[in-house]
Amino acid sequence: MTTAFKRPDGRKVNELRKITAKVGVVPNADGSAMFGFGDTIAIAAVYGPKKMHPQHSQNPEKGTLRCNYNMLSFSVTERIRPGPSRRSTEISKITEWALQPVVMIDEFAGQVVDVHINILQANASTRCAGINAAAMALAHAGIPMKSLVQSVSIGKLDKQIVADLIKAEEDWEEGEGPTDIPITMTEDGKITHIQLDGKIKPSQLKEAVALAKEVYPQIYEAQKKALKEAGVKNE
Amino acid sequence: MTDRQIVIPGEVIFQGEDYLPGEGTEKHGDEIIAIRFGLVEETKKLVKVIPLSGVYQPRRGNVVIGKVENITFNGWVIDIGTADGAFLSLMEVPRYVNKDDLKEVMDIGDMVCAKIYSMNKRGIDLTLKLKGLGRLDKGIIINANPNKVPRIIGKEGSMISLIKDETNCQITVGQNGIIWIKGNKIEDELFAKKAILYIAENSMASGLTEEMKGWFEKEKKK
Repeated sequence: MTTAFKRPDGRKVNELRKITAKVGVVPNADGSAMFGFGDTIAIAAVYGPKKMHPQHSQNPEKGTLRCNYNMLSFSVTERIRPGPSRRSTEISKITEWALQPVVMIDEFAGQVVDVHINILQANASTRCAGINAAAMALAHAGIPMKSLVQSVSIGKLDKQIVADLIKAEEDWEEGEGPTDIPITMTEDGKITHIQLDGKIKPSQLKEAVALAKEVYPQIYEAQKKALKEAGVKNE
Repeated sequence: MTDRQIVIPGEVIFQGEDYLPGEGTEKHGDEIIAIRFGLVEETKKLVKVIPLSGVYQPRRGNVVIGKVENITFNGWVIDIGTADGAFLSLMEVPRYVNKDDLKEVMDIGDMVCAKIYSMNKRGIDLTLKLKGLGRLDKGIIINANPNKVPRIIGKEGSMISLIKDETNCQITVGQNGIIWIKGNKIEDELFAKKAILYIAENSMASGLTEEMKGWFEKEKKK
C-alpha cells in the first residue's frame, strides 16, 4: 500500500483540501459561520433559542434542535432544482443527529434552536462541511455545548483509504470502486455520526476511523482560530 | 483584566482543584471546561464565561424595555424579546387602575420600562414598583445587541451619563438591548442615537469612555 497511489488532484492519502473557516458571516443571525473544504463551501446561520412554532411541535420537557440543509441551485455545474428533496431532508436529519449529543439545550423547554445550512459550492463532502459550519455557528450563537464537533468524509478507493473525498473520487471506477464514509467526532474522539455508502471490511473500517482521528485536529484548529478571531473583534 | 482569554465550548480553562465552576462552565474531573463561547472572567477563584454573542437571556432583577402585546383581564402581556412571554400584573402597578379600563394605563403598542421580579416555568413576571419604571412617553426607541449593553452603560454608568450630559437627553437602557431616548429636540435624540450606535460598533476598543469624549468634541464642531 506504500506504493504510490495517485489521487486525481495529487493530494496525499491523508491530506485534506485547504480549509477555510470564518465566523459571523450573516449579521442578522444570532450566530453564523462559513466552512469550506477546498471548493466545497457551506454557510450556517443559527437563530434562537426562540419559541417553537407551531405550538404542537413544542416539547415541554426540553429544547429542540432543528436543522435545515439546502443546496443552492448554482452550487453544482448542472443546475439542481431548488427546494426540499429526499436527499436534503435526509441530510438535515443526519446533521441534527450529529449535533444533538453536544448541544445542551435541555433547559430551553418549549423552545427551538434553528440551524440553516446552505451549500454555496459543492464538490463532495457537503454534509461534512455543513456540520463543521453548524458547530461553529452554534457556538457563535452562545448555545451551551459540551464541545465542538468535527466532520470529515473518509473514502475507500479500490483498497486504499483516503481522507476528504472530492467528486471525482466519489465516482471512482477502478477495482472495488468507491466507498464513502462521512464521520463526525468530538474533540476527544467520540463518534456522533457515521455513515457508510459502499462496501468495506470491518478491519478496514477501523482503519478509516483511525485516519479520521488523525486528521480531525486540523479541522478543530481551524474552527478554534476562526471563533477566537471573531471574539477579539467583538470584545 | 487587560489580556482576557476567549474560549470555545469544550476548551479547558483551568486545571487543578483551586477553581470553582461558575456560569458557562462545568467541572469534569479536575478540569474546568467552558460550555459557551465567550470571555473568561475569574473572581476569587470563581470562573465564569461571559457570552459575546447570542440572544438575550433574561435574569431576575433586570430592567428591560418592552412593547405591550396584549391586554388580559388582570394585566398586560409584554414583548421583551425573549422566547417566554413576560407578564405585568395589575397588582404590580403602583397606582390606581380601573379594572374595566386597563387601556387607559397602557394600551397595545405602548412601550414600557419594567423590572423582572420573578421567572418560573410559566414565564417571566414584571413589576413597575420601583423608581423610574413605567410607560414611556414620546422619545425614540433603538435596538442594540444585548451583549453590548454593559459597554453602553460603562463602568458604574460612566458612559451613559457622558452621553446624557453631552446630548441633553434622558436615556434608559434596557438589559434586553432596547434603548429609549428622549430629548427636547429630535436632533438631540438622533445625536444620542448616533453616539450609542458608535459605541456598539466600536465596543472592542479599550478606554472607550475617553475616546467618546473626543468623539463628542469632534462631532460638535461639524
